[in-house]
Amino acid sequence: MAKTARALPNEGQDFAATGVTITPCQPATRVSLRGKVANYARIAGFKLPGEINETTGDKGCHALMLGPDEWLVINTKKTDADLMPGPNVKAYTATDISHRNTGWTVSGPLAETALAVGCPRDLRLEAFPVGACARTIFGKAEVVLLRTSKTSFRVECWRSFAPYTFGLLKEGARDAAL
Amino acid sequence: MKTETQPHRVQRGSLSRARAVEFTFDGKAYGGIEGDTLASALLANGVHLVGRSFKYHRPRGVLSAGVEEPNALVGISRGNARHTPNVRATVQELYDGLTAKSQNAFPTLAMDIGAVNDLMSPVFSAGFYYKTFKWPPKAWDKVYEPFIRRAAGLGEAPTEADPDRYTNRFAHCDVLVIGGGAAGLVAARKAADEGKSVIVADENPTFGGWMLCDSDARIDGKDGPAWAAQIIADLKGRDNVTLLPRTTGFGYFQQNMVALAERITEHMPNPDPDLPRERMWQVRAREVISAQGGIERPLVFPGNDKPGVMLAGAAQTYLNKYGVAVGQTIGVFAACNTAYAAAFDLYEAGCEIAAIIDHRDSVEQHLLDQAKELGIRIIAGASVAKVEGRLRVCAMQVKRHRQEKQEHFEIDALIMSGGWTPSLHLFSQSRGKPRWDADAKRFLPGISPQNLTCVGLCNGADTLAEVFEEASGGTYSPKIEDDVSTEGGMVGACATAGPDAKSKAFVDFQNDVTSKDIRQAVREGMHSIEHVKRYTTNGMATDQGKLSNMHGLAIAADMLDAPIPQVGLTTFRAPYTPTTFGAFVGNAKGALFDPERRTPIDAWAAENGAEFEPVSHWRRAWYFPRAGEDMHEAVDRECQTVRKVAGVFDASTLGKIEVCGPDAAAFMDKLYTNGWSKLKPGRAKYGIMLREDGFIYDDGVVGKLSDTRFHVTTTTGGAPRVLVHMEDYLQTEFPDLDVSLTSTTEQWATIAVQGPKARDIIAPLVSGVDISAKNFSHMSVVECEVCGVPARLFRISFTGELGFEINVPADFGLDIWKQVWARAEPLGACAYGTETMHVLRAEKGYIIVGQDTDGTVTPHDAGLSWAVAKSKPDFVGKRGLMREDLTAEGRRHLVGLETVDPKTILPEGAQIVADPNQPIPMKMIGFVTSSYWSGTLGKSIAMALVEDGFNRVGETLHVPLEDEIVEVKVTGTVFYDPKGEKIDG
Amino acid sequence: MLLIHCPYCKSDLPELEFANAGEAHLVRPADMSDMSDADFADYFFVRDNPKGVNLERWRHAHGCGRFFNAVRDTVSDKFLKVYPAGEPRPSDAEVKALLEAQAEGRKDGGSGA
Repeated sequence: MAKTARALPNEGQDFAATGVTITPCQPATRVSLRGKVANYARIAGFKLPGEINETTGDKGCHALMLGPDEWLVINTKKTDADLMPGPNVKAYTATDISHRNTGWTVSGPLAETALAVGCPRDLRLEAFPVGACARTIFGKAEVVLLRTSKTSFRVECWRSFAPYTFGLLKEGARDAAL
Repeated sequence: MKTETQPHRVQRGSLSRARAVEFTFDGKAYGGIEGDTLASALLANGVHLVGRSFKYHRPRGVLSAGVEEPNALVGISRGNARHTPNVRATVQELYDGLTAKSQNAFPTLAMDIGAVNDLMSPVFSAGFYYKTFKWPPKAWDKVYEPFIRRAAGLGEAPTEADPDRYTNRFAHCDVLVIGGGAAGLVAARKAADEGKSVIVADENPTFGGWMLCDSDARIDGKDGPAWAAQIIADLKGRDNVTLLPRTTGFGYFQQNMVALAERITEHMPNPDPDLPRERMWQVRAREVISAQGGIERPLVFPGNDKPGVMLAGAAQTYLNKYGVAVGQTIGVFAACNTAYAAAFDLYEAGCEIAAIIDHRDSVEQHLLDQAKELGIRIIAGASVAKVEGRLRVCAMQVKRHRQEKQEHFEIDALIMSGGWTPSLHLFSQSRGKPRWDADAKRFLPGISPQNLTCVGLCNGADTLAEVFEEASGGTYSPKIEDDVSTEGGMVGACATAGPDAKSKAFVDFQNDVTSKDIRQAVREGMHSIEHVKRYTTNGMATDQGKLSNMHGLAIAADMLDAPIPQVGLTTFRAPYTPTTFGAFVGNAKGALFDPERRTPIDAWAAENGAEFEPVSHWRRAWYFPRAGEDMHEAVDRECQTVRKVAGVFDASTLGKIEVCGPDAAAFMDKLYTNGWSKLKPGRAKYGIMLREDGFIYDDGVVGKLSDTRFHVTTTTGGAPRVLVHMEDYLQTEFPDLDVSLTSTTEQWATIAVQGPKARDIIAPLVSGVDISAKNFSHMSVVECEVCGVPARLFRISFTGELGFEINVPADFGLDIWKQVWARAEPLGACAYGTETMHVLRAEKGYIIVGQDTDGTVTPHDAGLSWAVAKSKPDFVGKRGLMREDLTAEGRRHLVGLETVDPKTILPEGAQIVADPNQPIPMKMIGFVTSSYWSGTLGKSIAMALVEDGFNRVGETLHVPLEDEIVEVKVTGTVFYDPKGEKIDG
Repeated sequence: MLLIHCPYCKSDLPELEFANAGEAHLVRPADMSDMSDADFADYFFVRDNPKGVNLERWRHAHGCGRFFNAVRDTVSDKFLKVYPAGEPRPSDAEVKALLEAQAEGRKDGGSGA
């Protein structure tokens, strides 16, 4: 059987402007965790955040708390489904959404300004510090934002919204320096 | 030197040594200076006549020096698509090569045929439209509307698409200051000193406001421009301050959301096409400071609209900021002190002041002294009775109050000031109620329900000392010399424009409303200012009555003999100044207008010649025409290929929701009409979802993967609302159920393989499961591997043929589609699109929710009673289904229709009648919901909702069309393989 | 554009993230079989839509995804209070107190926090 190839929805979607760089994120394992998932720490090796908009984890694995009973775990290091729950966790708490989302890293001193082209949230450092995350709206697409540093964000959306979201990110990047 | 062509340029103002530029107005070339507005450059060339008025086509000149300009509206062209009508020449910055045209004049500005309206003005008085365009109703289409459309509106909109870019930015700050004059700059500095993040927006290219126009005041010894330059430099140097020039705060919305329009390229001769033309800012501020300042009022006297008659502050601005003298021999008509400062400045610049006419009976002694010293004559207690000159003022007649004798002065410009109106626009937009300052006869800001503070002239501060005190909260009190207070003035008509006056004294210049019109409106019964406004159109032009509101109000109040606040003040609405559609559209055009969603397999479809159709936000492959095929032929071929061999279909857009948890089956039992608890893992079922009212909301096949996990599919268009509907019930009605919902629509690419050869095609690609007919029967689901990738495989059919749907993680979708295709094509199978899918399902009588149902159809109406588990104690819609109307006899039922002539294809939506010979209007008993040509059956087929349809099977009904009445026979909805023998291949 | 306080996210967030979901505190009866058609119509179709105080449902649709309830004055367009779904309906006395607090001219942005 021929080896089956992956086609990434964000392939080739990079862009640079003064003060902002957009680069496509590599494929990642993504799991949506719901409900009571206390034991999840044993698999991922870290605790889940306890407040909405907070994240935990590092070294390429982030757990984002998006709702009172909802976490998005993004692991950029492991391959598909490694993070799907094993015997320690009730299986029904997790759904594999690795291929549902795609994303970009938006970085540079004007990254925050670039996102302001379509995101109505206050993303200033004092309101949205490093490690903050949120599901929000970017123009007409729903996105998940994660601030990975003072000048860097991970932006994720559902895959079919990638052309739109990348298009609007580009608009934001080219206008940020004006 | 181009300045030689600018005879009215004087060595004054900051522009005197700037770069020369050229521009044209009505085809004639002129010179100007960089930093000029179009208006200042025209005036420098002695051009006062710039437009014709809206209704009477009267010659009009530049009246003001700012956004309030009602007369000097021109078209600016950068080529056909970039023609902007109604640009205020007083705001448009001059650039090299600027091309401007006057409006509302034919054949020329100086000789305009429309001016005949001026002679017919008794016809066009207040309420003209209401009185004239009434009866007969027939005249509306042919006479009235075309007339109004031709007459209404100024300028011409371009017919081509706007090629420019526009952009948007959301911003957040502690303090937003609107207006960068003395008040705004000081307020911004104070906020910045306190460490707050500050945005300051000013509509002009340069901050400083009136400080750039004032040649008198000294602040700690500095003149206005020097003082402004210092504080601007200070603010520019701070990290917590953003200065936005050329940016208008035009709308104040809830909770301190203020919209700003920033003009980025309007002043550039050859803007980089990559630059956005404008940027919309949506600023959320903790605190807003309005430092909008004030607008000088004209005076209402006969002939006050002639070219050469201008606001005194505007004349002072043109002189002190732009170095332009608006005339050589100037008349001054004042009702306040600031006009004197203008007169003295013009005198100092070498102009002759014919006289200062003051409407007030007494003038302050220091002004009398100063005028005497300069040899300028003051006539107090008088009014201008007449202005002579057609295309430019050449003389004025002055009449003392209570005397008949008039005095004649030859002049070439007449400057006037009725005092200053505080700008309440943003305050009013914030839903603040203005309060009446009875002493000063003006409205001032009351309390805003929002966190808004008004400082400076817009809050009634008349002197620089008051302005600084207010704006700095008492922390800034420099030494101020030679400041002129903006207090005083008058509202209403001058003595020479009283009820008996015969000539036109304009209140609203842009809409041509005179003092007589206002009085007539009151006489005809309009007693509220809101009625007067609409009856006369006073204040309803694009300037929104910035100059006319107070005068109109005062004249109406005078007529009614009522105090002004009792007559009312109209509410100010956004936008403060006209704002382009482009600024509102922002980035949302072309591909960014709305997301167009594409499946992982879309690229293959495009490469293989698919035609596409939009389905909700998705672009879906519609059909795959081969060379020479039209749609009909392609769909025919695809349908028959699927029936005879097999077809491959991209079903990735189907909504998918993962319903997980110990109570998943209990939740499904609540949300769907069917029963789910007894369904075995590994089995799938067609489910119907109702709203509480009992009508079909959505449908789809649901696979039970385990006792705690369902793979739910929804219609393509219904996916988002179905998830919301489920979440709503889960969170608010059944919160005790331990269930979670996750959209997996985009996790999976879905490839449907349908037809007798379907199993042959996929079998070699599938591993980990036996998919033989025996072990993998119709309506099965299994987790397995396809092409070495984890997959969910359904045995399922929307065609009536043997069918599978392969769900694979989306990134693999394209490659697996290709691998399926590599097996399908040699066997003679085809790829098919949504049109063929529709035909195939209609041949089997499978419904499409939203096409064969319309929100008033129950499962029973659709022939789906079998899918309703009536024994369940409760499900959403169960009670609704028991409603009297829903159980009544004679409801519309979904039936099949066959045309008597099998070649006739009924149009979808066509109405159905029982008796074609009944008189019109006929009784409609139903309509066609789906209709296709079935190549397989060699005849047309249709479905329809028909009253009492189940009991009409076999009856002949009629479909009246435009040119024929089609005879149809009522049938069942299953046209193909009614016994279901094909489902196992 | 309103700023809306999400009781789950505990912060004031832009209206663009939210969706209105109609009148609040309409409880779906556990057993509807005994309901008369008229009672069903009242429950499902008929809404008060008063001018002034409305108890209404909102969803933080592009955020935490939760439905919650709000007391909103449709005259001032201000949120007087937000609270999680499932909490009891505010008493008339509480609504009155909220209106009085509003009338006192609070300038905190009024997102119902």
